[in-house]
Amino acid sequence: MGGLGHYFESEGIASTQISLVRVHTENIKPPRALWVPFELGRPFGVPHDPEFQLSVLRKVLGLTEHKKGPVLEDFPEDAPDSKGSPAPVVCPVSFQKRDDAKEQTSNWSEDFKTEIRVLSNWYEVSKEIRNRTTTGVSELDVEESADLLIRFVEEETRGTVIDEGKVVDRIRRACEDLKAYYYESVSAQPGQPTDSQSLSNWFWGETRAAWVINRIREICLEEPESKHAILGKLLLVPRTELHRFQ
Amino acid sequence: MARLENYPEAVRNHLLKLPCPTFDSTPFNRPIPMKEQRVALVSTAGLHLRGDRPFGLGDADHRLIPRDTPANRLVMSHISTNFDRTGYLQDLNVVFPLERLNDLARNGEIGSVAEYHTSFMGATEPEKMESTVVELASVMKKDGVNTVLLVPV
Repeated sequence: MGGLGHYFESEGIASTQISLVRVHTENIKPPRALWVPFELGRPFGVPHDPEFQLSVLRKVLGLTEHKKGPVLEDFPEDAPDSKGSPAPVVCPVSFQKRDDAKEQTSNWSEDFKTEIRVLSNWYEVSKEIRNRTTTGVSELDVEESADLLIRFVEEETRGTVIDEGKVVDRIRRACEDLKAYYYESVSAQPGQPTDSQSLSNWFWGETRAAWVINRIREICLEEPESKHAILGKLLLVPRTELHRFQ
Repeated sequence: MARLENYPEAVRNHLLKLPCPTFDSTPFNRPIPMKEQRVALVSTAGLHLRGDRPFGLGDADHRLIPRDTPANRLVMSHISTNFDRTGYLQDLNVVFPLERLNDLARNGEIGSVAEYHTSFMGATEPEKMESTVVELASVMKKDGVNTVLLVPV
């Protein structure tokens, strides 16, 4: 991000930026930056808190009033929802308990489809109350995304999927849409925690969707020379969640 | 889980080892009072209009986002899985504060909001984006933009 600040400034447009990793900004020395103590993915701190978001915005835009640079300032407050411990997500739809040691020999694909089905009411509620969905990057509906992932895991048809080309992007986008579907559905339910750690604990720790995504990661790692190997190395399971599957 | 020291060791080490571009000096233009700013947002979250080309591995180009784009017209196709998306799916302003920027303009705290905003996909090396930025800056200047707000994810 800081590199772009250099480029815009050199073109005569003042740049100011949010910094999420202070040490990177210290090294790159962009013209103006406000380091914020928020997690990656939340540069304005917290959802649905316009006053807090505005306080960050005023501070970062105000840096253009400095006469000399480079400027690197620290935002003084943590995000409002970062102080508590993660809370359990209590899903009113009952998922069959996941047992990672036994999943592969179980009827996992049917259980996976059942999860998707039982969340569908809450997905519709989410779209209604938020007037948006963030799914759609894959241009598949969630059932089609699930089918693509199931076919990849089922060894006998994996070759067919791979040969269809651009497998990395297709699988990755289907996984992103799937996660968005789950997160939107569960966070639309009344009384659920909305912080990232609580939602991650639920998705990666409890859902069969996460098991399927990790299974794809494992398959990709078994074929290090294949064109989809990068999926397994980098693009499916966050580093913070890998420990759950090791 | 907000500060670098609070991340698990593997994540912290990965972030610390990421290569950063270096520059001999820092360009620095004249000060601009907030009330005179015409602001364009530049995100690296891999955002784009629904139906526009999704970002893929190594993409260094950008996607335009008109000023009055409602949140339900935007999707995110950033390739990284290592940042939180649950804030974004609850409220676009957590990553792309277009509504908040419009709030400041309505209140008279900034001059105005640019006609167009843009997003890159931040997993690509910034050096590959330089020529795109030069082109983009030229268009922004024609729109009277004097301030860009760069927002990582």
